[in-house]
Amino acid sequence: MELFLYTALFAPLVGSLFATLFSDSPKKIITGIIPSILLVVSFLSSATLLVHVLSTGEIVHVKLMTWMQTGDLYIPFGFVVDQISATMMMVVTTVSSVVHVYAIGYMDHDKGFNRFFAWLSAFVFSMLILVMSDNYAGLFIGWEGVGLCSWGLIGFWYHKESATWAANEAFIMNRIADLGMLIGLFLVYWNTGTLQYDGAFEAFASLDTPTLTWIGIFLFIGAMGKSAQFPLHTWLADAMEGPTPVSALIHAATMVTAGVYLVVRSNELYSLIPDVGLFIASLGTFVAIFAASMALVNRDIKRVIAYSTLSQLGYMFAAAGLGAYWVALFHLMAHAFFKALLFLGAGNVMHAMDSELDPFKMGGLGKVMKASMIMMTLASVALAGLFPLAGFFSKDVILEAAFAEHHFVIYTVLLLTAGLTAFYSFRIIALIFHGEERYKLFGFHPHEAYKFMLVAMSPLLILAVIAGAFRTTFFSMVEEILSATEYHIHSHVTFWVMTIGTQLFVMLAIAYAYKKYTAKDIKLPDGTSDMENSFKYKLLINQYYIPHFYNNFFIKPYRELSKVFWKEIDQQVVDATVDGIAKVVYTTGDSTREMQSGNLSTMLKWMVAGIVILLSLAVVFGLAARVGLGV
Amino acid sequence: MFEAIAFYLFAFLTIAMFFIAVTTSQALYALTSLAAGMIFISAFFFILGADFLGAVQIVVYSGAVMALYAFGMMFFDTTRDVKESKGNNLIIVGLSVLAAVLVVVIFAAPMVADNITPLYPIAEGVGNTQSVGVVLFTKYLIPFEVAAVMLLVAMVAGIVLAGKKMDLSLTEMSDAEIRDMRLEKNKKVLS
Amino acid sequence: MMEIGLTHYLILSTILFSIGLVGVMRRKNLLMLFFATEILLNSVNISFAAISHYYGDLTGQMFAFFVIAIAASEVAVGLGLLIVWHKSHNNIDLEQMSTMKG
Repeated sequence: MELFLYTALFAPLVGSLFATLFSDSPKKIITGIIPSILLVVSFLSSATLLVHVLSTGEIVHVKLMTWMQTGDLYIPFGFVVDQISATMMMVVTTVSSVVHVYAIGYMDHDKGFNRFFAWLSAFVFSMLILVMSDNYAGLFIGWEGVGLCSWGLIGFWYHKESATWAANEAFIMNRIADLGMLIGLFLVYWNTGTLQYDGAFEAFASLDTPTLTWIGIFLFIGAMGKSAQFPLHTWLADAMEGPTPVSALIHAATMVTAGVYLVVRSNELYSLIPDVGLFIASLGTFVAIFAASMALVNRDIKRVIAYSTLSQLGYMFAAAGLGAYWVALFHLMAHAFFKALLFLGAGNVMHAMDSELDPFKMGGLGKVMKASMIMMTLASVALAGLFPLAGFFSKDVILEAAFAEHHFVIYTVLLLTAGLTAFYSFRIIALIFHGEERYKLFGFHPHEAYKFMLVAMSPLLILAVIAGAFRTTFFSMVEEILSATEYHIHSHVTFWVMTIGTQLFVMLAIAYAYKKYTAKDIKLPDGTSDMENSFKYKLLINQYYIPHFYNNFFIKPYRELSKVFWKEIDQQVVDATVDGIAKVVYTTGDSTREMQSGNLSTMLKWMVAGIVILLSLAVVFGLAARVGLGV
Repeated sequence: MFEAIAFYLFAFLTIAMFFIAVTTSQALYALTSLAAGMIFISAFFFILGADFLGAVQIVVYSGAVMALYAFGMMFFDTTRDVKESKGNNLIIVGLSVLAAVLVVVIFAAPMVADNITPLYPIAEGVGNTQSVGVVLFTKYLIPFEVAAVMLLVAMVAGIVLAGKKMDLSLTEMSDAEIRDMRLEKNKKVLS
Repeated sequence: MMEIGLTHYLILSTILFSIGLVGVMRRKNLLMLFFATEILLNSVNISFAAISHYYGDLTGQMFAFFVIAIAASEVAVGLGLLIVWHKSHNNIDLEQMSTMKG
């Protein structure tokens, strides 16, 4: 079993290193194929481990080697495959394998083809370290690693200023959150003496609530950065500057779910501090509706999908905050599949439309791109949460959990968000694939994606459809490690009313979207219509002016401060000091150079002078030693 | 008593001689007073019971070294006065005195002076030359051999540096070549 | 005063040493410089022999012996160099020998 663990973990690394060898060379198809093959190997190993954990309930725990052992601090490179990590590993490797194969086709004409696969496989490796580590330090290593690879991948087309800006924004925002995470880690170590999960969790039971609250808050701040919760959310939408496979892998299925993973992994901590949990749930709910509102009017298909990711992350945090950790994990898994599928479909559309992102310039593409249309539609159906696709089985449980725990406000907001989700998802579908063919006005010549890319996407499609069936298996697997609460609504009537009501609400939203956006006379909005000039539209399309606010109140002042530090302090003080020292040395050397006049007499005189000085020193020190002074 | 007289006499003479050697403006006077000073120093060695050393001093220093210097004097116009370097006399004398005083202080200090133990003690009844010979050829054999090599090197160096027409070797030329060389030289002389 | 002790010899040696130092610093002619160096070496020899006598140790005399040997070889090489210099520059004035100016 350990062999499978190591294979699963290190196969992506080997693929990444292989691709790195060619990163400066022109495109070689082999640098796409080998990492993909290795990733499939990793996927198969993860599957084996999952089957093992599922069937025997046995946890595989290895210690690769000791990293730090100083004094009381002991941090090993340890890896554990328990029910939670096995689930995460499956999700990560499945989506990664699909994305790798997809990217061979998507990045076909890109100059940085080899570099892309190096970064992509490195990312998968970091993510696997994150989920497989058995202590908080290893988790943090993976955390930083995915942050770095995400930076490299968002800013992949580094010649574009917007891409590098977005990459920096993502990295810096994550960094700010990582400070909180580090403080949380320090607190954990300080109070429990260990960073290992099992050790820390045991010790948590004996700590007092304020300490636990602080730990929980700081760790959650770290999760907020990675999973783009408010107020550290602006980077996720801007991260769409990266290539679409990147968005599919990182910003749908893996990196952004690291925050949820952290909360789920630390469930023993959060169960002890239900108030913090309630805060997390409330924040998650807020983010869900906040993101959904911004997606309603956006005219960039990738951004809409990004906002929907943000919204679904809110759902996951809501579930985790309410204590329904297994529900959050299940939704994470299902969401990964259909969201990745959605992104990849959007990639197909973009590829066909020459990287055009405005859905108003598309329309009627269903006639040309049948397969992509089917995939995206089914993915959106899953996202909306219609029975019997995967989304129903995860989202509805969250709603049930909220209702059963008597958090009616959360329930209502989440329900409303579900409707909004359905609306905006199908708005995009309708605008892209149905209606009249507006693209012809703009001179585009769309074509379907390569066959092998569609074949690669099909596993995701299948999983998005059938993942719901795994719920009971999943539940029985994780109930050993997560608090396995089944959420029962008291009366059957309420339950059925809720379920059917939700489904009807969602279907109404879908129908409205279809009706509105497949109308015959949809024109490209050009800033003159009343709708566009209304306040609420402006608010939403500018993301509630939050990026504007950050720019003016954080970025600009900081930049001025940096400039002051650079010009005044660094250049005038630090540089001047260093230069001054050098100058002193130089002038001293210059003036003493005259001692070497070449005149032997003079030099002999200097020699005698030197001897006299040395002799006097000898006498002085000798006398001092004689007298007993400690010189 | 005799020792004291001898000591002071020779001390006075040595200092006078060396003083002349250092300060005189006539080159030949400097040379001769140096040679005289060397001889008087060997007197000190005899007073101190270092017979072998005294003899070596006379033979090597006054004989060989001074002869070498005498040959070096050929590069001189001995009728001219030796010029002095224009330096501040006060500094020079002051520095020298200071250096000397310090050296004495160091060696006369009880810390150093009381802690000297003999490494190769002088045996009573054995002549100085004999004891020097024993120590030289047993304990100091390697420095002795090295000094020999060094003298050889110095000799070869001296020859190479000062030699003229070193590329021509009479022993390696055949008779015919020597005759031709002589003819060439005579021709040059005659013409 | 009558009893000649080690101190007397040491003082004598230092006087000679300082005379030698004065010569080294003052003389402008290379050959005169060599003379002054000889004075230095001799003063040191006296000091070695004196210490050897008063402490009953042969080491001092051995050192003096080797100093003499070294001085001899040094004179040989030094004069050789002086000859070479004289051949190329035709003078042995220290003031004109400053080609190694730093």
